[in-house]
Amino acid sequence: MNDVVLEVRNLRKEFRGVVALDDISFEVRRHEVVGLIGENGAGKSTLLKILSGVYQPDGGEILRMGQTVSFKTAGDSAAAGIGMVHQEQSLVTSVSVAENIFLGEEGRGVRGGVFRWGELRRMAQAQLDKIKSPILPKAKVESLTFAERQMVELAKALSVEERAENEPVIVLDEPTSVLEGDELEVLFEQIERLRKFASIIFVSHRLDEVLRISDRVYVFKDGQQVAVRNRNEVDTDELHRLMVGRESTSEFYHEGAQLSVEGNPVLLEVSGLSKHKAFEDVSFALRAGEVVGIAGVLGSGREELSRVLFGAEPFSSGTIELDGRGLPLRSPVEAVKVGIGYIPAERRIEGVAQGMSVQENIFLADPSTVSRGPFLDARKAAAEADRWVKGLKIKTPNRQTDVANLSGGNQQKVVLAKWLSSPRLRVLILDHPTRGLDVGAKEDVYRFIRELCARGIGVVLLADTLEETIALSHTILVMRDGVVQNRFDAHPGNKPKPVDLVEGMV
Amino acid sequence: MSRSDLVSSAPGVDLRKIQRLFGTGGPLVALVVLVAFFSLASSTFFTLGNGSSLLTQLSILLVVAIGLTFVIILGSLDLSIEGVMASSSLVFVLLAANDRNDSDLGFLAVIAGVLTGSLFGLLNGVLHVHLKIPSFMVTLGTGAIGIGIATVLFGGRAPRLMDDSLRDLGFGSLGGIPKLAIIAVIVLTIALLVQRFTRVGRYGYAIGGDEQVMKLSGVNINRYKVLSFVLTGTASGIAGVMAALQLGVGDVTIGGGYLFTAITAVVLGGTALVGGIGGVGRTLVGAAIITVLANGLILIGVNPYVQVAVQGLVIVLAVAVTGWSLRKRVRAIK
Repeated sequence: MNDVVLEVRNLRKEFRGVVALDDISFEVRRHEVVGLIGENGAGKSTLLKILSGVYQPDGGEILRMGQTVSFKTAGDSAAAGIGMVHQEQSLVTSVSVAENIFLGEEGRGVRGGVFRWGELRRMAQAQLDKIKSPILPKAKVESLTFAERQMVELAKALSVEERAENEPVIVLDEPTSVLEGDELEVLFEQIERLRKFASIIFVSHRLDEVLRISDRVYVFKDGQQVAVRNRNEVDTDELHRLMVGRESTSEFYHEGAQLSVEGNPVLLEVSGLSKHKAFEDVSFALRAGEVVGIAGVLGSGREELSRVLFGAEPFSSGTIELDGRGLPLRSPVEAVKVGIGYIPAERRIEGVAQGMSVQENIFLADPSTVSRGPFLDARKAAAEADRWVKGLKIKTPNRQTDVANLSGGNQQKVVLAKWLSSPRLRVLILDHPTRGLDVGAKEDVYRFIRELCARGIGVVLLADTLEETIALSHTILVMRDGVVQNRFDAHPGNKPKPVDLVEGMV
Repeated sequence: MSRSDLVSSAPGVDLRKIQRLFGTGGPLVALVVLVAFFSLASSTFFTLGNGSSLLTQLSILLVVAIGLTFVIILGSLDLSIEGVMASSSLVFVLLAANDRNDSDLGFLAVIAGVLTGSLFGLLNGVLHVHLKIPSFMVTLGTGAIGIGIATVLFGGRAPRLMDDSLRDLGFGSLGGIPKLAIIAVIVLTIALLVQRFTRVGRYGYAIGGDEQVMKLSGVNINRYKVLSFVLTGTASGIAGVMAALQLGVGDVTIGGGYLFTAITAVVLGGTALVGGIGGVGRTLVGAAIITVLANGLILIGVNPYVQVAVQGLVIVLAVAVTGWSLRKRVRAIK
């Protein structure tokens, strides 16, 4: 039973002299779930891209069922029975679910270049049935929620099952980062079902999940494989230590650094704020140095609220006051002018300007600190950029590197630097600031939030998890269907429990 | 509040089928309103005679615009239309019976004219994909090449088409319907089928929607991009031949004005310039609006110079209206 279905030997990959993978070896056995963990930049994504045929390795070899293989394209990899669920969602939103599942590999669904829609939809339905998903094959992907799309991705990866002659290897790259509750359970159920006829590589930042589902866990750090552990001989604390290289968890959220905000002046006062069809009569006050967390499920209206506070969407009634003065907030331009910053959830699309350098991104929102009159002070900008790169430990070859080449966590640090570098910043709105980040990068983000508060900046937080919301916030609003259901005081030593919040959410 | 809820609660399956084909109601309503307006404003608009001339005017524009739809869905653009039409019209006329030389290839000349367009499309696609030059730049260049070739073939005087059976295609009608319009309907039908049922048609949407994903899926996107350009070039070739049939000559300026009106028709119909959204059926509606507008404005006696300005106004309005629902969201507009 222990025969190896996929093996990687001494794999090496460099990008312009930067070593991304250094002598990586690992193996996946029949019907095994292998966990893969590592911080951003540890080399996981590079490894997965090599396995899926997107990158070619500079050294080492890949063996499938004991035979050396080389994947020149994504098609080669799929033909060898390796199915990928990508981290950044990889669906074409403008076409149907059925087309997405079989994109480029329609098989019987296309004959002689001609689509047979009935057949293609039946095939798609069969894949969706595997995961018991009620999604319709003919639905357009753009009409689906994030979680539904993740299920389509899974169905897509499962389709290699029929395609390859060997038992498939399914690679799940961060499949859980956008899933919640029941959807998560469905995924785990699926993995349990899959392992009866497939092998699985499971990449996740949530260590408890990796431990729960994997038989063995490989730990990557700085392009090297630093440890392999069987499930029963390791716990999350040890994994965390192996991965980050430092002791952890107790101080994860930096709760000790949370300062009391009692008596601080009110920065932002929101009263009776409503937006048609999104939320109604939302009121709260944000004091200097305070974190107001907003909890709620998708559709609770909290996303819209955060965008309204940044002027990115209009509101229908109510008032927003900063320092006691009313704000019209018709556009982000006005928001930035008065010192409101926004870190969006869609980092790749809305957060960083890809194609521009790290330095340009940092001074994108407010170049005033590095300007002399209308001109950019190049020397000062370079020095300041280097200071931010160093201060936030942004892993980049240099400040001139295109931000698109950075890993997710480092891109997020650039986004943070963009707002932190502005002396005007009064209020920062954080929309899922840790989505898709690994433990180490998350911890960095938490530390920044504490530092912001110490500087007297107010933070509105839409966190990824309830634990995060509770640990970071001073005050928590729970929203459901656009209405604030509950308010919690969450000062240090007075934290509510997740279950208290859930009550108001569903 | 998710969009899937909104979609599934939309009433009537048939309505959605119509929507899928012709886009959301806006352009269709605009067309109906225009027809109603001109019928009231002019006594000659809603007559059989004018209907036939409307069809003739519509048919060439429709063929060009249908072709253009395929590259606009990709998020690309083809500006070589007018040059391609010029070249194919002259290749066609000079190979058919004409008053310049002795050749008399008959229907083969039609095929040669159309293939001239396909070759231009192939050239456009290959240059765009392999030299990685933006499509509007490539086609701006090849369009000029097309005009250049046409000018050489033109040789100072427009060659006249002397083949009577071919000329009948340009002037004749079948059961009251102009033969050119019948050609356009055939092209439309084929284009609808290609778009709905073939790889090049379906992948066009996916490439326009998210090229990166297509690459990661291992699809040879270059092949499908080139094929899309070939489809557009072929349509321009057909349009060039149709124009020559209609006018009875091959001419350098035969495609003049079609580029602007075709882009207007495509966008007006509801195909997004960013790619991924739209379709040939919508282009039919867009082309019909343009034709009715041009025809109606003449009939009610509007100065022809003003008409061009009106068309310009219409395209700006159309783009604004299609993007109206997105207007409030922050997004990059390039």
